[in-house]
Amino acid sequence: MGTITNVVYLIASVLFILGLKKLSSPKTARTGNMYSLVGMLLAMVITLLDQGILDYTYIIAGMIIGAAIGGIAAKKVEMTDMPQLVALFNGFGGIASTFVAYSEYVNQNGVINGEDIVISLILSLLIGTVTFTGSLIAYAKLQGIMRGAPIVFKGQTVLNAILLVGVVVLGVMFEMESTFQAYLIAIVVIAAILGVTSVIPIGGADMPVVISLLNSYSGLAACATGFVLTNNVLIIAGALVGASGIILTNIMCVAMNRSLANVLFGAVGVEGGTSAAGSGEQKTVTRYTAEDAAMIFDNAESVIIVPGYGLAVAQAQHVLEELANLLEERGIKVRYAINPVAGRMPGHMNVLLAEANVSYEKLVEMDMINDDFADTDVALVIGANDVINPAARYKKNSPLYGMPILDCDKAQRVMIVKRSLSTGFAGEDNELFYDDKTMMMFGDAKGMVTEMVKAVKEL
Amino acid sequence: MNEMILISIYIFVLAIFIGFEVITKVPPLLHTPLMSGSNAISGITIVGAILSTGTGHSMLATVLGMLAVITATINVVGGYMVTDRMLGMFTKDKKKGAK
Repeated sequence: MGTITNVVYLIASVLFILGLKKLSSPKTARTGNMYSLVGMLLAMVITLLDQGILDYTYIIAGMIIGAAIGGIAAKKVEMTDMPQLVALFNGFGGIASTFVAYSEYVNQNGVINGEDIVISLILSLLIGTVTFTGSLIAYAKLQGIMRGAPIVFKGQTVLNAILLVGVVVLGVMFEMESTFQAYLIAIVVIAAILGVTSVIPIGGADMPVVISLLNSYSGLAACATGFVLTNNVLIIAGALVGASGIILTNIMCVAMNRSLANVLFGAVGVEGGTSAAGSGEQKTVTRYTAEDAAMIFDNAESVIIVPGYGLAVAQAQHVLEELANLLEERGIKVRYAINPVAGRMPGHMNVLLAEANVSYEKLVEMDMINDDFADTDVALVIGANDVINPAARYKKNSPLYGMPILDCDKAQRVMIVKRSLSTGFAGEDNELFYDDKTMMMFGDAKGMVTEMVKAVKEL
Repeated sequence: MNEMILISIYIFVLAIFIGFEVITKVPPLLHTPLMSGSNAISGITIVGAILSTGTGHSMLATVLGMLAVITATINVVGGYMVTDRMLGMFTKDKKKGAK
């Protein structure tokens, strides 16, 4: 590799870092993404000019096919489907690393020098393949091809451990006889199974953790490939992505007050509502209509909207913004309270509302807005449940216990738009539904908010 | 352990630290674009893919390389485009009230 190539790789790495740095503000974020893109193009072009390349046919063909698929997917995707697309792209990044590492092994005719390269090669194949099959499962769950609920079977964790040990054993055997390809193929196959078995027990509201984690894996896979090829730009870029994914994973876990191990192996939400149906006492709920809501809005001065995954499912973001605009025209202060784990990936609600033209100044983080609920007339909850469940504060045996929640119950009135009284992902009944100040409005988020828009217009 | 790999480990460790420093400053508002944008960066594997396809000494290596080029390009092109699309939505609030 020539000096010029390495200098360009360095410039590309700097551009990646600057690009990520500019993501710290919505004002500079778009430019940041461009920086990062320029870095990527520079790295690609200088690589294409490499002296060692004998034939461009397959490279160009591959790029055209890839660009067409990626471009169409990126253009067509609905904002509500963003989690599964991100999952899918992660998977492709992972499998690309596997292919590169394996191709490099073939190119070396199976002669691998040094344990360090052997370890890197195995890690690259392992992480890359786990990322790929894991992401496919995440995609299938989010897309609804597969049941979203956790799938568990006896001895799942033991099986995963055995698979992992198997990879290590095969790796050691491969180290001793690196011309024997079957070891590597076996490692790839085991990794593929491991990706599936480690993601199927996670589901529903835990998806943000999985997506962040897979994001991190795809970076680490690129990193491992960088070690195989001794290519520093791969190592740097991969490390940045790995760090990013780990940070997001951690933020999501903290927001749910659960350890990563608990998310990965806990299989929360398997039964869905064990405690809910049980309690003998009959609790009554009054059904309110959109007109009732409009009457309340008529006298309100401030409203905080709490969006949840139900908003995304119903694709109600546009009509919700219409309602918010109507309320603002009446002089009501409207803001949105965003719980970090609302939705199916980090930042899901923000993207959804940004699509509906909601200005980002109105999207307020949980810690910043929680104190304001007490002075708020109406908390309007759309398709959220666990993130507003007061049981998280005191009920020690609840899976939600300790999770930071939005203090909707402190508002003067709480309106909850929800399809039914069913429990959220954690299976914990929500006492807020039965509170006197709560107005339960049953229905699909889009339909109910549309009715509210109509009712407010008629005031 | 040879010296090359040691230097690579240096770079790896320092890059992780930079990553942590830079990314902890990204607000939750932009976490989805952060994820898709960093995902696009992980498409840097394309560099390795180009090299292994172009310098392939055997058909198997070339085919594997080409598959890598395809998947990495999906990652790069799709990742950057979708991130740009999302970030465009965050900055378009000036022309609000169009509807």
